Amino acid sequence: MKKCRRCAKPATLHITEIRDGSAAAVHLCETCAREYLEKTPENDSTSAATDLASKLEDLIADSEESPLICPNCGISFNEFRESGRFGCPHDYSEFLTELLPLLENIHEDSNHVGKRPRSTVVGTKEQARLIQLRTEQRNAIEMEDYEAAAKLRDEIAALEVSLRSDVVEKPKSRKKPAPDKDV
Amino acid sequence: MVVPGRRNAVGQESPTYVPSSGRSPAGAVRCKFVLSPCIQTKVGLTTIVCECLYRIPVSPYNSAITGRLANCQTPADFQIRSGICRFLLFPRINSLSSDRPDNPFCLAELARTSGEWLRGDGPESDIVISSRVRLARNVAGFPFITRDAADVRFQIVQMVQAALRKDIQHRPVHHVNVETLSPLDSQLLMERQLISRELARGDGPRAVAISEGERHSVMINEEDHLRIQVLHSGFALDECWLECDALDDQIESMVPFAFHPQLGYLTACPTNVGTGIRVSVMVHLPALRITREIQKVHQAAQKINLAVRGLYGEGSQAMGDFYQISNQVTLGKSETTLIAEVQEVVTHIIGWERRVRELMLRDNKSQLHDQVARAFGTLTSARSISSEETMLLLSSLRMGIRLGLVTNLDVAAVNELFIHTQPAHLQKLHGSELETADRNMARANYLRKRLDASSLG
Repeated sequence: MKKCRRCAKPATLHITEIRDGSAAAVHLCETCAREYLEKTPENDSTSAATDLASKLEDLIADSEESPLICPNCGISFNEFRESGRFGCPHDYSEFLTELLPLLENIHEDSNHVGKRPRSTVVGTKEQARLIQLRTEQRNAIEMEDYEAAAKLRDEIAALEVSLRSDVVEKPKSRKKPAPDKDV
Repeated sequence: MVVPGRRNAVGQESPTYVPSSGRSPAGAVRCKFVLSPCIQTKVGLTTIVCECLYRIPVSPYNSAITGRLANCQTPADFQIRSGICRFLLFPRINSLSSDRPDNPFCLAELARTSGEWLRGDGPESDIVISSRVRLARNVAGFPFITRDAADVRFQIVQMVQAALRKDIQHRPVHHVNVETLSPLDSQLLMERQLISRELARGDGPRAVAISEGERHSVMINEEDHLRIQVLHSGFALDECWLECDALDDQIESMVPFAFHPQLGYLTACPTNVGTGIRVSVMVHLPALRITREIQKVHQAAQKINLAVRGLYGEGSQAMGDFYQISNQVTLGKSETTLIAEVQEVVTHIIGWERRVRELMLRDNKSQLHDQVARAFGTLTSARSISSEETMLLLSSLRMGIRLGLVTNLDVAAVNELFIHTQPAHLQKLHGSELETADRNMARANYLRKRLDASSLG
């Protein structure tokens, strides 16, 4: 992803400026693009620039209306775009639609081929719940609400135990019982 | 209920501790806190004993604890706050003794020896130094560690260390706590290729597990929860993959990994998602650099989505004519396909480097001989030498050995010199920290001593 020409953020707007018949591309992030468009003092291009700027406002307003935020770790898709790092494994499911073109861009593919975990993965729903509980617990600790944090701790422990017993029980059921030995 | 104050380690009466819940102090147990070095200097204590309502040893690693404790002004203040933070304490920590030494691995010993991958005896070892396969993995049910969360990081370290008590051949694994390492020691591990720059310079609870003569290392809490890597001497990617696969299975049998049916193994950065694999081969290409063909290697690799990097991976320069060739795509191709792709390109590059060496030997032997002899001369007589110059000259020397221009010196020894003359190794071998000027003199001394017995052919 190209970086914004004015700051280190990823460029999300690509403006092609035509001046004296020659085109020049400018890559900017949302904030810088707004400044850039407001500050372009060209007389004949002012209307076009303000037009673009208002469109940009609409665009930003749109994305502010329904911000994509992972309910488990609280990271937004914009935060991911800025840092290039996800907050939790669940983000991949949460932002899948937005993510697929990006993966196509990086890997030229969006379907995993190759190794898979040997043991069955137990309910990703429960895994997501665990992340949520852990995030809540951290927030409770930050707020010094220790009673709530202690409850969350017990809830996490209980969920972990149930997940573990699922994992252990599955291979057991497949195994044949050991033959009795004569002594 | 009120727990009466006790005298703490510096002889001050600690203020009375009033538990916030109404439980009886009969359930209280004594807990020993072992403090991390930064807190040690702040409160002037190494350990502290505290009453705790829960039968769980308190760890100093929790973000809330460390955050609050960092603001403590006096040891007494510390005692109260640590009592308040008592329940941060996660059930899992119960089973692990907090008294266990974190760094049983003798780092001074490490500086004197060299890893198996430096032996210089693997396939195609005239050109290929080492092969490496690494897998990026994250523990299911935990957020990624990109957000500051010392509690999560600490739990991950505990879980992975528990899964790595023994290696795949049931031999002991050395656990090194990178958080408490001195900058010099973490640089040593970095020079050694056992940890990455990111892990060395990161913060918060993080660790590395090392086994099998340094061939296997598992970094904990780098960019992902786990980075499992296997290194082999020479061109041996298949062996690397077999061992890495087995090590991955071993850890996975105890720690569930985050996996998506469509996208594969999930990683903090989408550039690693899918297989999470990075296959890389370190090659020594002095002839291609001298003849400036190396640019073509860069271009050719880029075309097929392979990266060409320096000795220490991402963002590092190609010192001493060492280049790392690695895959960039991780999704949509299987591990074995990705390995085969790198193998094919590297085989091609090896052939290219060899042909150029032969041509140089045929057409410019005297010039080449002169260059090797000058490198040897400088290395065996300099009184002060920088790390960069050493790398450059050792590179000529290494090629000289392979072309039969230097005698009484084997490639393994030169490989080792590349590592041992790096700043952290040099200081460890010297036994004390050195300023740059002193380091350059120590480096020259060390080189003269090591190259004493060898001679020019």
